[in-house]
Amino acid sequence: MADHMVPPTPLEYAPAPESRSIVDLEPSYGLFIDGAFTDGTDGGTFKTVNPATEEVLAEVTEATPADVDLAVAAARRAFRSWSRMPGRERAKYLYRIARIIAERSRELAVLESLDNGKPIKESRDVDVPLVSQWFFYYAGWADKLSYAGAGPNPRPLGVAAQVIPWNFPLLMLSWKIAPALAAGNTVVLKPAETTPLTALLFAEICQQADLPPGVVNIVTGAGATGEALVSHPDVDKVAFTGSTDVGRSIARAVAGTEKKLTLELGGKAANIVFDDAPMDQAIEGIVSGIFFNQGHVCCAGSRLLVQENVYDEVMERLKRRMTTLRVGDPLDKNTDIGAINSREQLQRITALAEVGDAEGAERWSPPCELPSSGFWYAPTVFTGVTQAHRIAREEIFGPVLSVLTFRTPDEAIAKANNTPYGLSAGVWTEKGSRILAMADRLRAGVVWANTFNKFDPASPFGGYKESGYGREGGKQGLAAYLQEGEGQ
Amino acid sequence: MTTTSSGIGSAADVLAVLRDLPGVDQVGLEARAAALSTRSIKKDAKRTAIDLAISMVDLTTLEGADTPGKVRSLAAKALRPDPTDPTCPQVAAVCVYPDLVATAREALGDAPIGVASVATAFPSGRAPLDVKITDTEYAVAAGASEIDMVIDRGAFLAGDLLKVAEEIVAVRAACERGDGTHAHLKVILETGELATYDAVRRASWLSMLAGADFIKTSTGKVSPAATLPVTLLMLEAVRDYRDATGRQVGVKPAGGIRTTKDAIKYLVTVNETAGLDWMTPTWFRFGASSLLNDLLMQRQKLETGRYSGADYVTID
Repeated sequence: MADHMVPPTPLEYAPAPESRSIVDLEPSYGLFIDGAFTDGTDGGTFKTVNPATEEVLAEVTEATPADVDLAVAAARRAFRSWSRMPGRERAKYLYRIARIIAERSRELAVLESLDNGKPIKESRDVDVPLVSQWFFYYAGWADKLSYAGAGPNPRPLGVAAQVIPWNFPLLMLSWKIAPALAAGNTVVLKPAETTPLTALLFAEICQQADLPPGVVNIVTGAGATGEALVSHPDVDKVAFTGSTDVGRSIARAVAGTEKKLTLELGGKAANIVFDDAPMDQAIEGIVSGIFFNQGHVCCAGSRLLVQENVYDEVMERLKRRMTTLRVGDPLDKNTDIGAINSREQLQRITALAEVGDAEGAERWSPPCELPSSGFWYAPTVFTGVTQAHRIAREEIFGPVLSVLTFRTPDEAIAKANNTPYGLSAGVWTEKGSRILAMADRLRAGVVWANTFNKFDPASPFGGYKESGYGREGGKQGLAAYLQEGEGQ
Repeated sequence: MTTTSSGIGSAADVLAVLRDLPGVDQVGLEARAAALSTRSIKKDAKRTAIDLAISMVDLTTLEGADTPGKVRSLAAKALRPDPTDPTCPQVAAVCVYPDLVATAREALGDAPIGVASVATAFPSGRAPLDVKITDTEYAVAAGASEIDMVIDRGAFLAGDLLKVAEEIVAVRAACERGDGTHAHLKVILETGELATYDAVRRASWLSMLAGADFIKTSTGKVSPAATLPVTLLMLEAVRDYRDATGRQVGVKPAGGIRTTKDAIKYLVTVNETAGLDWMTPTWFRFGASSLLNDLLMQRQKLETGRYSGADYVTID
């Protein structure tokens, strides 16, 4: 520097795509029933596409009620021996699966990004490592079930019907299958119709691990397949993660039966930033709270509550940070925000954001060029939002943040809790006592302090109110798959 | 200190500014640095980054055993980092002890390469203020274009922030050349001794308010020296300081940065934190010695497609 000034050099990142050659895609996939891939009974199929390009990735079998019947029957047969197997033996299979997932992590990550549209840095650094951790964690529980809180001699429930969403296909699979198997249940799992491929690769991993046939069955399909599964009379347990509407209809279908039910549904989380927050980290937390996984996160921090005296500063910093977000090819290692998972979801996001405009909220997005094919939505922030706006009440499930302000902790609590949901919340302050006081009064299943969207297999996760019931993860997550047995 | 050189206000104002700085969440800061270090810089971007990094190196020798001969060969290396390739950029400066400044300046001739001198009882800073000022004046008179001073960490940790600031103001005054120009002042925080990120942020602002042209992480004599989280934090500080005052201050991580891969992580962090305005040796430097050769080997690899080896770059 000193006596001569040198002009700045821009650093434009060259494309850095992860190779997709590690994935062997089949043109079509059958159902995984009783340890083998089989064609469906009536030959119906549907296509799964890469949401970043609209390229068809594969044809997948649409399971009929008859297929579901076969899958449940296979799970029932397998239950006899799997449930009686000593826990330490079941653990061996789960540990083996966990290790294979870690070994094949790159393949799983690439396939997850291809089918889902999420950036490879997330599937590689968040989703797949957590999937492996989930199996490791519950493998450790398999021979310690007497300490799980379900009495000294707990028993599994039987056959679990599990229906999972498209936002974290493999991670939600692990949240469902790992505790169910550790507890001695067998499962029939239906992945979402837009993201079936990693579940089918997981089926291959079950074969590789020599998991006894029928312990895990994967049936692919849309709503009708899911309905046939959860209402099947020989199912003992139903676990669902997805929208509150579908959750309600499942609760109706299960009502009056002996089936146990856990639901993990929608959310409209408040991310609360106080004036004494660690500001740079709070901005990162706001960004990861809403833009992680394109906002396709049930616990996303979609309502930002900012203390009014730092509102201008927070917005200026947030907007500056948002201009550095890189939207584009999910397989590029430098992509921060990938594709919206489906045309249908893109339409839903677009429609709700237009409601925000119509209601008079002010929309802002950083300048960013979106690809011409595929499904994309620019990271968006709405300011001037109040509790009376629909974009502050309804789950958008996309990269759209609504910003509200508050003056006092009481007002923050009142606004945060003023929602039909109660899945998660975030608190940003350097004051420890305030964190504890807020966590005490927030009606949310998960409260993050000075962080957001952090998951750990040892930590239970689940909601209040319309966000569902039951907990997944930790010791609490086993309770959903165990009943008290007789004797010591 | 009644008013600071940046004209920000009285001593009481300075202390109030420091008290009002937001806290730093350690976990969040380190997570952000880790996320930035996963950026994948390839092809043309890598070529750009390597040449930029070379141009930002303060090629350093700070040993008791330094001699005029050693400094002359360092200067030759600064002028022609890769003697086989005239397109290779020169480094920003050489960095030496005060008694070797004249040797370095003479060896560099008229080349647009700075001579940075450590001063103020480097590295500990444990000397009376008049000794530090004499040290600084000597280096400036010998032709140093940049002074790398150390702050009084003892005073800082004891809570005597004004003493730290007054020393910086005094050393900054000693950098004046008498013709209206001054040797640029880099203030070394020695972040490894400040220990907490909150202290690093406070020391960064204190130095800038007292007139620093650059804030620098470390002497290289204390471990840990530069880290990516600490540098990220200091980049946030210079960015926020310019927003508040309009004055731009540079950042220099020093010590422990040895590989091209590391240097690129730092450049990505500059790019996405302080932004484009800092992507120049005018406002960002690497205090390093062995880093340069790794940059040169990677540069040759990009040119030829082959890795060469330590014998294909010059040791100094």
